[in-house]
Amino acid sequence: MALIDSFRRAADSDIWHSFRASPMTMAAAAVTLFIVLAAFLAPLIALQNPFDPANLNLSDAMRPPMFFGGEWSFPMGSDDQGRDLYSAILYGTRLSLEVGLAVVFFSMILGIGLGLVAGYVGGTLDAIIMRIADVQLTFPAILIALLIDGVVRGVISVKRHEEIAVFVIVASISLAFWVQYARTVRGSVMVERNKEYVQAARVIGLPRWLIMFRHVLPNVMGPVLVIATINLGLAIITEATLSFLGVGLPSTQPSLGTLIRIGNEYLNSGEWWITIFPGLTLAALVLAVNLLGDWLRDALNPKLR
Amino acid sequence: MAKISRWGLASAAAFALAGALAIAPVSQASAKTFKWANAGDVSSMDPYYRNETFLLAFLENIYEPLVRRDQKLGLEAALAVKWGQSSPTVWFFDLRQGVKFHDGTPFTADDVVFSLNRANSGGSNMKAYFASVKEIRKAGDFRVEVETKYPDPLLASKWAAILIMSKAWAEKNNAQVASDATKNEENFATRNAMGTGAFVLRERKAGEKTILVKNPNWWDKPTHNLTEVIFTPVANAATRVAALKAGDIDMMYEVPPQDTDNLKRDANINVIEGPETRVVYLGFDQERDELLESNIKGKNPFKDKRVREAFYRSIDVEAIKRTVMRGQSFPTALMVAPGINGYVKELDKRPTLLKPEEAKKLLADAGYPQGFEVGFDCPNDRYVNDEKICQAVVGMLARIGIKVNLLAQTRSKYFTKILRKSDFKPGETSFYMLGWSPAATYDVHNVFEALIQTPSAASKKGQFNVSGYSNKAVDELADKMEAETDVAKRNAMILEATKLYTQDYAYIPLHQQAVVWAARKNVSLHQPADNRFPLRFVTLK
Repeated sequence: MALIDSFRRAADSDIWHSFRASPMTMAAAAVTLFIVLAAFLAPLIALQNPFDPANLNLSDAMRPPMFFGGEWSFPMGSDDQGRDLYSAILYGTRLSLEVGLAVVFFSMILGIGLGLVAGYVGGTLDAIIMRIADVQLTFPAILIALLIDGVVRGVISVKRHEEIAVFVIVASISLAFWVQYARTVRGSVMVERNKEYVQAARVIGLPRWLIMFRHVLPNVMGPVLVIATINLGLAIITEATLSFLGVGLPSTQPSLGTLIRIGNEYLNSGEWWITIFPGLTLAALVLAVNLLGDWLRDALNPKLR
Repeated sequence: MAKISRWGLASAAAFALAGALAIAPVSQASAKTFKWANAGDVSSMDPYYRNETFLLAFLENIYEPLVRRDQKLGLEAALAVKWGQSSPTVWFFDLRQGVKFHDGTPFTADDVVFSLNRANSGGSNMKAYFASVKEIRKAGDFRVEVETKYPDPLLASKWAAILIMSKAWAEKNNAQVASDATKNEENFATRNAMGTGAFVLRERKAGEKTILVKNPNWWDKPTHNLTEVIFTPVANAATRVAALKAGDIDMMYEVPPQDTDNLKRDANINVIEGPETRVVYLGFDQERDELLESNIKGKNPFKDKRVREAFYRSIDVEAIKRTVMRGQSFPTALMVAPGINGYVKELDKRPTLLKPEEAKKLLADAGYPQGFEVGFDCPNDRYVNDEKICQAVVGMLARIGIKVNLLAQTRSKYFTKILRKSDFKPGETSFYMLGWSPAATYDVHNVFEALIQTPSAASKKGQFNVSGYSNKAVDELADKMEAETDVAKRNAMILEATKLYTQDYAYIPLHQQAVVWAARKNVSLHQPADNRFPLRFVTLK
C-alpha cells in the first residue's frame, strides 16, 4: 500500500508534471535509459567479450561496418586487433558509466562531508577547507586529474597500474570534483544552521554530528542532486579525455575514450568507424545526462516554476 | 552596398597583409630550413649511449666515423683516408689532415684514440665492436694502430659505427666517460655535441626539438644545400601525417602502414619505400632459473624447447603482415635479412603454424597443461606499429592458454628496462620484442656476435643477447667465422650455425619491415636499406 501511495504522490508531484511537460527531457531520459540498459546487459547482448584477448582474431581486423561492405558478425565494424566494435562499445560504455557513477559517489561523499563540517563548525576549520577548495578551483579539473594520475604512475610499476587503472582514475577525478559539492553544501548549511529547527535540536542537547547529518543534510540535498546529475556527464567526459590522452584506461580494457584514441590513428586512412561510433555514443550519453541535469535544476528551482 | 564595399576593403587589406607576410621569408635569400619528424626522440647526443640505428644515424650528421658508408652502403674514407692490415693482427688508420672540430680545434690521432677507448669503457653500449681489440695506440699525429687478439678482417667496417668526438672538449666538460644508459646516467655529452660532421648542434631540448645548422668549415664538399635542420618528435602518427600534409614538416621518418595509401594520393608528397635490413623478432629469457615476470615459480618455462616451439609456431606472422603491417613486411625465419652477407636462403622457411590444441599439447608435455602467465616488454615508438604487433601476439598466445601481460612503453624507458647492463648482467625482462640490423658490417657475424653468442663481459660477445641463449657449438662456429677468410669454409660455418639456432627456437623472428618515408615534393633525399637518414644527401628546392 505504502508503495502505491508513494507512486501516487510522485505522479502527482510538480516534478513529474514538469517532466511530462518537456518532450526534450523525456527524450533525454529515454536515451539515458536505453544506454544504461544496454551497458548493464552488455554480457548478454554483446557478440564477444572484448576484454579477453583469446576472443580476438587478427584476421578479423579492420572490418567495415554493416551497410558499408561489412557483415552481420561485426555490425559496427572491427578495430585494428579484430575486436568487434559493437561489443567494445557496450563494454566501454559500461566502464565509462561505472567510472562516472563512482566519481559522482566519491566526490559527493567527500564534498558533502567537508562542506557540512566547514559550514556548520565554521572558524579556522572552515577557513582551511575553503582555502584548499579555492586553490583547487584555480586549476582545471583535468589538470588535477592528470597530476594525480601522473604521481601514481611514478610511484607504482606500470603493470600494477594497469590492474588498478580504474581505481586510480576514479580517485583522481573524484579528488578534482569535490570542491563544487563542498562549496554548495557549505553555503546552504550556513543558511540552515540559524533556522529554528536547528536551534531547537541544539537546545534539546543533540550531538553536533547528529544535527549535521540527520537534520541539516536532508535540507541541503536539493542543489547537491542537481550538481551530481550534471557532474555525471562531466565525469564521463573527463574520463574519456584522460583515456584519449593515453593516461586513463589501458587498451586491454577500453573505455569509450580509449576506443576513440585507438580509432584516431586510423582517421586519416579511411577507417572512420573505429572512432566515430564510440564518439557518437559518448556524445549521446553525455548530452542526455546533461539535459536531464538541466531539467532537474530548473524543476527544483522554485523561482522558475 | 556600403556594407559590401567595407567588407571588400577589409578583405583586400587582409590579402595585402597576407601577401606581405608570404613574401617576407622568401626575401631571406637562400636560407634553407629543413624540418622533419619521427615518432620518438633521439635518446642522447652521446654517440656511445646506445647501439641503436636511429641514434647513430642522427648523430652521424654531427659526428663522423673513421670510415663511413656511401649511398650504396660501401665503405668510403671519412676521418681516415687510408686503412688496412699491416699484419694479420695489426690494423692501421691514416687520418685526414686539416680537419677541424666545430669549435675550431684541430682533429688529430689523440681524438681517435680517446674516442675509441671511451667507446670501449664505462657505460658505453658499443663494447661489442671491440671484442677482438687488444690495444689501440697512437703512431704519429695522424696515424692510429690497433692490435687485435686474433685476425679480425671486419674491424674497419665494424668501426663505421664508432663516431669520433673531440678529446679536448670532452675533458674540458668532464665527459671523458660514456654515461650508462642502463642506469639513466647523464653527463655534458648527453645534451651537447662536438664533432667534425656536416652539421653543428645548435639547440637541444630533449623530447621537444633539436636544431642543427650547417657546418661552414666542413672538410668535405657538401652535397646538401641546407642551412638549418629542425627535428621534432611527434608521437601520434595521425598528427605527424597531418603536419606533413599541411607543410609544417618537410619529411616524416617511418610512415605507419595505414597512412601510406593516403599519403601517396597527395600530389604534394613523395612516398619513398624499400625493404629494410632490420629483422624484428621476439626473444625469451632463457638465462634465469626463475622468470622475473611469471606465475611459474622455481623454474623457467622458456628453458624448455617445447615451450619456445609452442610460442614460435602459434604466432601467425602472415596475419600480422596482412592486417597490422598492411602488406608492408617480409616474414622471415632468420635473424638476418636478404642482402646481408651470410643470409641463408634455403633455411628461411618458417615451420608451419600449430593449431591451438597442438600447441597446448606441447605446453602440456612440457609440464604446463594450464598454460602460464608471463610479462611482455615492447617499445611503442621504435619499430613500425610495434605496439600493435605486440597486442596481436598477446591475442595469439591467449588462444593457447598463455596469459601475456603487455607493457608497451617509449623507447628510452623500454631499452633501459630490457637491455643488458654495462657489466653484461641480464636486463629486467622475461619476453620481449627487439629489432636488429647488422648495420656496421652488413655481415651475419655481427648478428651472431651481438645476439646469439653466450653473453660474457670478458669476451664482449652477446651484449644484445637479451635472452641469454647459450649454445657452445654456435659459440665456437661464430668465433671461427670471425677470423675465417676462405669464403666456402666460412659459408659452411654460417650454414651450420644458422641451422643450430633455428632448430633451437632461440628466437622468434617476425619480419623485416618495409622502410617507408614520406617527404614534400620539393625535398630530394637518399634512402639506404639500413633506414639511416643522412642529412648530407638532402637537398631542398
